[in-house]
Amino acid sequence: MEGELTSSRRVAHRSTREETEKEKNRIPGSVTAIEELIWFAGVATCIKLLLIPSYRSTDFEVHRHWLALTSSLPLSQWYYDETSPWTLDYPPLFAYFERFLSIFANLVDTKIVDLHNGLNYSADSVVYFQRISVMVSDLCLFYGVYRLTKSLDSAKRRMIWVLIVWSPALIIVDHVHFQYNGFLLGFLLISLSYLEEGRDLMGGFVFAMLLCFKHLFAVAAPVYFVYLLRHYCRGGLVNSIGKFLMMGTVVGSVFLVAFGPFLYHGQIQQVLRRMFPFGRGLCHAYWAPNFWVFYIISDKGLAFVLAKLGFSIQTPAASFTGGLVGDSSPFAVLPRVTPLVTFMLVLLALSPCLVKVWREPRPGMITRWVAYAYTCGFLFGWHVHEKASLHFVIPLAVVAVRSLEDARHYFLLSIVSCYSLFPLLFEADEYSIKVLLLLLHSLLTWVGFSSQFSKTTVVSTKQQGEKMGSKEGLVAAKGGGLVVGWVRICYLLVLLFVEVWGQFLHHYLLGDKLPFLPLMLISIYCALGIMYSWIWQLRFIIRCP
Amino acid sequence: MYVRGTGGVGHCEISMGRKEKKDKDHKDDVCWLSVHGGVAALLLCIAVFALLVRVAVSIHPYSGAGDPPKYGDYEAQRHWMEITLNTPAKEWYRNSTINDLTYWGLDYPPLTAYQSYVHGLFLRFFHPDSVALFTSRGHESPIGKLLMRWTVLSSDVIVFFPAALYFIIVFYTGRRDNCKEDIAWHLAIILLNPCLILIDHGHFQFNCISLGFTIGAVAAIFSKHELVASVLFSLALNHKQMSAYFALAFFSHLLGKCLRRQKPFLEVLKLGLVVLGTFIITWWPYLYSVDAFMQVLSRLTPFERGIYEDYVANFWCTTSIIIKWKRLFTTQLLQLLSFNATILAALPSMVQQIRYPSNQGFLYALLNISFAFYLFSFQVHEKSILLPLLPASLLAVEEPHLFGWLTYYALLSMYPLLLRDHLILPYVSLLALFILFNYSPIRRQGRKERGFLSVWKVLLITLLLSCSLVLHLIYLMLKPPERYPFLFDAMIMLLCFSQFVLLAAYTNVKQWKFMSHSTSIEKEKKIL
Repeated sequence: MEGELTSSRRVAHRSTREETEKEKNRIPGSVTAIEELIWFAGVATCIKLLLIPSYRSTDFEVHRHWLALTSSLPLSQWYYDETSPWTLDYPPLFAYFERFLSIFANLVDTKIVDLHNGLNYSADSVVYFQRISVMVSDLCLFYGVYRLTKSLDSAKRRMIWVLIVWSPALIIVDHVHFQYNGFLLGFLLISLSYLEEGRDLMGGFVFAMLLCFKHLFAVAAPVYFVYLLRHYCRGGLVNSIGKFLMMGTVVGSVFLVAFGPFLYHGQIQQVLRRMFPFGRGLCHAYWAPNFWVFYIISDKGLAFVLAKLGFSIQTPAASFTGGLVGDSSPFAVLPRVTPLVTFMLVLLALSPCLVKVWREPRPGMITRWVAYAYTCGFLFGWHVHEKASLHFVIPLAVVAVRSLEDARHYFLLSIVSCYSLFPLLFEADEYSIKVLLLLLHSLLTWVGFSSQFSKTTVVSTKQQGEKMGSKEGLVAAKGGGLVVGWVRICYLLVLLFVEVWGQFLHHYLLGDKLPFLPLMLISIYCALGIMYSWIWQLRFIIRCP
Repeated sequence: MYVRGTGGVGHCEISMGRKEKKDKDHKDDVCWLSVHGGVAALLLCIAVFALLVRVAVSIHPYSGAGDPPKYGDYEAQRHWMEITLNTPAKEWYRNSTINDLTYWGLDYPPLTAYQSYVHGLFLRFFHPDSVALFTSRGHESPIGKLLMRWTVLSSDVIVFFPAALYFIIVFYTGRRDNCKEDIAWHLAIILLNPCLILIDHGHFQFNCISLGFTIGAVAAIFSKHELVASVLFSLALNHKQMSAYFALAFFSHLLGKCLRRQKPFLEVLKLGLVVLGTFIITWWPYLYSVDAFMQVLSRLTPFERGIYEDYVANFWCTTSIIIKWKRLFTTQLLQLLSFNATILAALPSMVQQIRYPSNQGFLYALLNISFAFYLFSFQVHEKSILLPLLPASLLAVEEPHLFGWLTYYALLSMYPLLLRDHLILPYVSLLALFILFNYSPIRRQGRKERGFLSVWKVLLITLLLSCSLVLHLIYLMLKPPERYPFLFDAMIMLLCFSQFVLLAAYTNVKQWKFMSHSTSIEKEKKIL
């Protein structure tokens, strides 16, 4: 009797559950969506809390110093102070943000904000305070994700949350290595969500704020400019000029609020000098996996071959990480690269996208375009950090759920970009953490995409396959789940080999010879993946009608 | 080609209803595959996540870190590796110039010793200093810590994870009301048990091995491989004598089953021989003389330690506020007393299982009997609450609230211990993680049922929860009064004890109720 009762109760439960599912689908963005997001964010936060005592890079001290700097010095000295080598080199809004945090830091432990005694302070209080400040500032990211996904159906929405809220790259960079990328990317996502909704003025406003937080996001400014010009400033001549002025006022006022005080003190030049330190080299100490890796490698290769052939090749005295010191070129054979060259290259790579934006500014495409812009910046920019790959991996997660092709591309890209961050955490304690994070991410992505694209009917997948001009869509429909394709599988397997080589085989086979080889291999190999992603995105943008 | 998702479940249900009983078992397997082809990857995700949580906890301090001269359980385990590695097996349990038993002498059964030996080899390969004889006492280094953490992590992955997976597969094979979310949720709940993770990967112990063997034995019983179950449970007993908390449940369930067969005596004999064989193999190095055997046995039963330790939330310790047991009675009398009390408390469950052995009833019996041991047996430690927690986690789908409540108070009962180990941060985050998973939005059953609760119940629950929260804060922030230095410990103990007694009473009643209906369900199944 009771057995029957319980089973019938269970059935009743399931039916009610299904009803709630339906309800969720009916009213997107209802309370349940927020609850679910809180759940995802909560789980992520638990992991972040556990990671508090893990390794932290010098960026931790950088941000601690900025807390002390902004709280103990008057504003007019912020960009002049040289107490620590970690001078303030972010735009003013970020400095204000640090000033705001320092109020709480002062309450927690006054030594944190002590300019001189606090140097390299690493007590529990400062570690907990700064780590938790990153977690709290991630609320901005969660809000951005929520805004972007609230009108989607629940399966897609969950998938995007898995990709962004549980992003292994963000956990590695923000919560182990230490930075505030989640917070900043939150602004980007909020801005994109406004643009997708068609509220261009707000979109522009938030993007201007983002630029005043971190100027590295300016790579997408051309896309924003053209898009807003063509999409927002429409209508008759008078109307469009009016709107242009309106947008100009809004953006200008943001910049005025941020830079105004420094303008008043006549320090704009100093602020800009700090923000754009061209004294740094073409590449970071660890080469970010971008186009310049190939350039450097071919230079080395050519020098080697030419030297063998009998030409006299002088070994360059300067290194390409060293910067523009003196007149010597770091390259032996190939022409020297200057910031202007990289700038022109980025613009050139952007130009097809800009033409598209100019011709038909569509809100549905803006996320792709912005992500593409950051990809170009990452590939061809000057002194790019490997962390900058977050700037396009996170926004691309939003479009990854749109089609099977997108999902496949994203599956590869997210793994490669996360893997390229591995050298950031080089200590033995964090090794298993980073590997497990990436493994979990790839599994979840695979499971999520599989269930999503096996649910869509065979017909639609077929249509998609035909539209994309490839037969892979058909294969996916037949096999069920996400068929990644054998080329991508091979690529990922070799990636695994690169890791195994760097960790074990290199030491075993070569001993202490060629110590730079493992890192170089990672750079080169990941650069291949990012180049592929760039070409894929470019092709998608050009083909899109 | 297989059917996937919820549609697959529906398909299975229909086909199950139509097929004859003969085909049922075979059909079940097919059904399992069809439903679980998609689930397999999900289960793997959960396992990887659980491993990630363990690794993240393992970067926190261990018990007795930087606390000479005796350090803590971490040093005990390391010392056992050192001893087993550097002395012959015969010397492991004997006091000698090399093996000073007063300094963390080996007091776990031989399987633990073998495990220590294997892990000692692992440590010696990568970092010989950490297990060198004599010189490595109190050895603490980052690499040593990492390697030691890896020994627990690998044990967990090798023993506990496969056992939990085996249980899940067996448990959900042949169930008609399978739901993908339930299966995934259940595995997550078993693997993410905060108490187990904190004790093994924070405090530092190897409970995952003995508990893993126990889960494996339960799963083997469910899949009707009783001999395998006997071997696995004997291994659990031989790894940690604390597994004896479950022994009576296994004994009575298997006995009850054997009695219902055609040749009960033969069946019992077979099981007995298998158990005996497993014991002989693990104890082989000490069977050459009675003396050696007794020497090991005396190491395993440290009765001189007294009836309870610290402030454990069991009957003896709690009632000692009023009745000073240790002062009033001799140790021997107390032994007898606690033995009788334990048997008495375990008796109802045993009788139930001997008379009506059933899978579901067996899980309840495991819970009830281990509770009886925790509450009444001699020399109980705070960490022993892990044992009742294990069957409770296996029952989590039937009893989500019971499990949630028990886990919460089990954690609270270990709070003073974990605070001493500086594990407050993992404590908080694992508790939060547990709550998130227990009431995940993907599984809303728990939430729906709460609607049926009366106002009084809600009020009581809120009161108890706020009480425990306040206790957490008081223990963390305030200093106890000079006259009663253990006042707060005693308060925590009282609260936990009251909850444990209530829960144990509830599950005992539930088990007996279950019995009266089990026969009717079985009949019903046969008709189907």
